[in-house]
Amino acid sequence: MARPFTPKIVTANALLEGDVVYLTEDNRWSRSHSDAELLEDEAHATLRLLEAERQQNVIVGAYLADAKAGPDGPEPVHFRESFRSRGPSNYRHGKQAHTGNR
Amino acid sequence: MYRYDDFDAEFLAERNAQFRDQVERRIDGSLTEDEFKPLRLMNGLYLQLHAYMLRVAIPYGTLDSAKMRKLAEIAERWDKGYGHFTTRQNIQYNWPKLRDVPDMLDALAEVGLHAIQTSGNTIRNVTSDHFAGAAADEIADPRPYAELIRQWSTDHPEFQFLPRKFKIAITGSPNDRAVTRAHDIGLRMVEQDGRTGFEVIVGGGLGRTPMIGKVIRDFLPEDELLPYLEAIVHVYNRYGRRDNKYKARIKITVHEAGLETIRAEVEEAFQQTKADFEGVDARVIARIRDRFVVPAFIEGGADPLDGTQTDPVFRAWADTNLSEHRHPDYAIVTVSLKAHGQTPGDATAEQMRVLADLAERYGHDELRISHQQNVILPHVRKVHLPVVHARLKQAGLATANVGLASDIIACPGMDYCALATARSIPVATQLAERIDALRIEHEVGPLQIKISGCINACGHHHVGHIGILGLDRAGVENYQITLGGDATETAAVGERAGPGFAYDEIVPAVERLMLAYLETREDESETFLETYRRLGAAPFKEALYGPEKRKDAA
Repeated sequence: MARPFTPKIVTANALLEGDVVYLTEDNRWSRSHSDAELLEDEAHATLRLLEAERQQNVIVGAYLADAKAGPDGPEPVHFRESFRSRGPSNYRHGKQAHTGNR
Repeated sequence: MYRYDDFDAEFLAERNAQFRDQVERRIDGSLTEDEFKPLRLMNGLYLQLHAYMLRVAIPYGTLDSAKMRKLAEIAERWDKGYGHFTTRQNIQYNWPKLRDVPDMLDALAEVGLHAIQTSGNTIRNVTSDHFAGAAADEIADPRPYAELIRQWSTDHPEFQFLPRKFKIAITGSPNDRAVTRAHDIGLRMVEQDGRTGFEVIVGGGLGRTPMIGKVIRDFLPEDELLPYLEAIVHVYNRYGRRDNKYKARIKITVHEAGLETIRAEVEEAFQQTKADFEGVDARVIARIRDRFVVPAFIEGGADPLDGTQTDPVFRAWADTNLSEHRHPDYAIVTVSLKAHGQTPGDATAEQMRVLADLAERYGHDELRISHQQNVILPHVRKVHLPVVHARLKQAGLATANVGLASDIIACPGMDYCALATARSIPVATQLAERIDALRIEHEVGPLQIKISGCINACGHHHVGHIGILGLDRAGVENYQITLGGDATETAAVGERAGPGFAYDEIVPAVERLMLAYLETREDESETFLETYRRLGAAPFKEALYGPEKRKDAA
């Protein structure tokens, strides 16, 4: 029996900077997790990952990560993705350096 | 300190030019990531969680002021103003941009540094005793041999695609400060009938299958070192498993085939390699020795330490951070990069410059990086210790905790590392802050706490007196404790204490272990490890889980 599909987002790292990026519905790569396209259908998610992987000149290492809907857009489910969406906990470097909150 | 020759400079320049071209071709689309990845890894460039990471080799942990200043300059110019010293005596920059990396490598090459073989299935940076060349207990400086191994293993055509990575550590002292028993090959200098040679240890390693290395040769004459090493790696290259990444290290090869079989194979291969080398390595080591400049030690000036120095802050620091030098008028200074609450192993560019200045002015221009993530000034005249301490204090580098509970090894963990399953740095910083608040560590005495953020064990948790391993348990960070590990010549793998602890439970758990030790030790002279060895795990398990739980488990 098929298990219910956990919604996903497509995430990767930017080729030049290495920053964590998220694939948006309009095919941009955003630095913000909440801008990501929430993929609630498995077949669509697989297709979006394939489309992302073709953008080798922009990103590295695209993969699907679990996510859930939130008031301001998709939110991470696993702590690893939460850390990726913020930055390290020992310095205010990475994304949190620009957002002013964590 | 070894001075590199023209061959080294040309080799690095050529290699860097190749990589610059490879980066350009990746950016313009001529190379795919699949094609580029092995090339960037060969040059120490990883992609981590938030950014690229450049791992720079510090051969056998030795630096001079020019190299340290260059590391500072790179941190400031192309990174975020700091660097992270690792448990393999390397430095990692956590925020380089892909386009900048060729320039960073060129800058490193100006002082003979590089990132070659800091990744991939090759022979990695050779590590050594961080007191090498200075220690009172040393038979001889192991670094000329380490340099010989570096030259032999760099770009060695047979060893570029080994079954798995390969790590060698070497020490010239009977007291093992280089964790030689947890390396693929460990070399311990020994003397026999007036001759210098090595005890050769093979098949040690940490990671998911921790093993203490086994002695494959009691005594290897020093002039047979390279052919013997080549024979070992040759046998491993042939028999090491390539079908399963987790069984590919030489420790598994030795474990599965048996030490006797491997020894016989190595000895057979050795007959051939010995003939092939024709003594060339003996000539090379002589040349290397000539290029290692031994400091001209200055006599006298040891008096101020004998009582005139009354500043209690200085004395506390001198008690923990100084070690015996082979020259009676000198001391070895360990500079702690473990200020309570700071990231273990991190140094700012400004701190690196202070260390470079101190080395140049008061330390015969020598520095070492330890696998314990501290910096060593190996040759400081005792007369200069107060002024060195004062300058370190101004730079936030005078924490008096070397060898104590807050001198914690921690890998980058999930704050940076793409392989990590949990964070290590905040566990280390919170633990150190708690230890500081309790004012307990001087009473507790020698205690090594080592934290890894995944099973690969970069934080050496298996050989910590208290080891902490961060795991992902059903989407939540969970920390397993091991007890009784030992990283020295009496090496031992720690035993798992029981169920793991949540992120907010791990610091109180370690606190209970320290308190249990203070309650149960025979007297002040018995260390944590000795108490553990005398009493076993029971009192510590009780401190962790309480008496009822222990009964349930039994």
